[in-house]
Amino acid sequence: MKALVSAVALIGLWQAIVSLTGVPAFILPGPRAVAEAALANAAMLSANAGVTAAEIAAGLVLGCVAGVAAALAMTLSHWASRLLRPVLVASQSVPVFALAPILTLWLGYGMGAKVAVVVLIVVFPVASALHDGLTATPAAALDLARLARASRLDTLIWLRLPHALPHLGAALRIAAVYAPIGAVIGEWVGASAGLGHLMLVSNARMKTDLMFAALAVLAVLTLGLRAAVDAALRRLEM
Amino acid sequence: MLDGRVLFDVRLDLPPGWTCLLGPSGAGKSTILRLLAGLPTGTRFDGRVTAPPRVAWMAQDDLLQPRLSVLGNVLLGQRLAGTAPDAPRARALLDTVGLDGMADRRPDSLSGGQRQRVALARALMEDAPLALLDEPFSALDAGTRRRMQDLARERLAGRAVLLVTHDPSEALRLGDHVHLLAEGRLEPMPLPPAAPPRALTSPGLAAAHEALMTRLAA
Repeated sequence: MKALVSAVALIGLWQAIVSLTGVPAFILPGPRAVAEAALANAAMLSANAGVTAAEIAAGLVLGCVAGVAAALAMTLSHWASRLLRPVLVASQSVPVFALAPILTLWLGYGMGAKVAVVVLIVVFPVASALHDGLTATPAAALDLARLARASRLDTLIWLRLPHALPHLGAALRIAAVYAPIGAVIGEWVGASAGLGHLMLVSNARMKTDLMFAALAVLAVLTLGLRAAVDAALRRLEM
Repeated sequence: MLDGRVLFDVRLDLPPGWTCLLGPSGAGKSTILRLLAGLPTGTRFDGRVTAPPRVAWMAQDDLLQPRLSVLGNVLLGQRLAGTAPDAPRARALLDTVGLDGMADRRPDSLSGGQRQRVALARALMEDAPLALLDEPFSALDAGTRRRMQDLARERLAGRAVLLVTHDPSEALRLGDHVHLLAEGRLEPMPLPPAAPPRALTSPGLAAAHEALMTRLAA
């Protein structure tokens, strides 16, 4: 309800700016023109949205699985920890977006490069947050593991992981927000389909209303993904 | 800068029955308990610990895991140890600590007293000859504390129990032996003749209490 009110207020402000300044439609089209462009190109928009959504979903799933696996490996094995910890630290100082052109060069213009960008954007925050959570188990709880002479694996399953779930939940929520950004940037670098590709093409053809329509569809997609991930995590008490 | 704890000489025998360890904060009571349990203490210990390989453990914090049910918490020790969880035995133990019908509840729906009952059932699951209790009753209200003391005495009968406590009345009520740990020394304290649990009215208790308080306040 609150979201609806702010959406209406934002569209009202947008319309007011367009009406009051008389800015030309190829710079800033009004809400009505964008809605008309969206309706006229509904089939094309949904086809491109499908491509972007598939890239986001594949990248998100692969990135989260890899991030969780890395964090678990680091907790279970000193070797994995020694190997991966510097990578995690380094990844936070390198803008992963800058790798998009290289990934496109290697993987081509298809979905592979976009999925790879999403994976790279998702994997490090997830691994890092989960690893932090796994190493922050209260000492008194770990006493129970020592008293039972528990193996690393049993300690991980029964104590470390349950205590780390809120950390993982926070990381997955952030991943859901980052993933669409990664897909669109991947498409900007080079693509033949997808909402990011459509935005570039519309821009080049001065179809600003269509570009805004693609942007709106992307926003709806991102908000929907965030809400779905949040609802799923709430069910799991994360 | 000085970082660490000064070593002290200590010799403590733990016969079956309740041995209570009193002393000012920081005297090292919990350190002795952790040494016996084989837990890290952050101190150096030169000597010999003769303790069974597995001990029953109760801390001031009940250490209940919020995502596990009551039953799951009682089974946690076996799960951590990698042995097959014995749910029927855990349910039977929950009955004996007065928690019948609560096996599927979540810890956050329990009262403080009920939570310590779960912790007692979890400790009893070990079936160890030695039980180490680190102020498990100190956070409970007076009535609940007395009921938990009586329940723990009843359930842990026949085992060696070492109870660390801040409370002289608790030590005098429950202890078959009471030791004072202060200034790096363990000192056995005189006890009233009656067998524990001692009533407040039992002869000699007031005098023993006064003697303990005098030593603690010294």
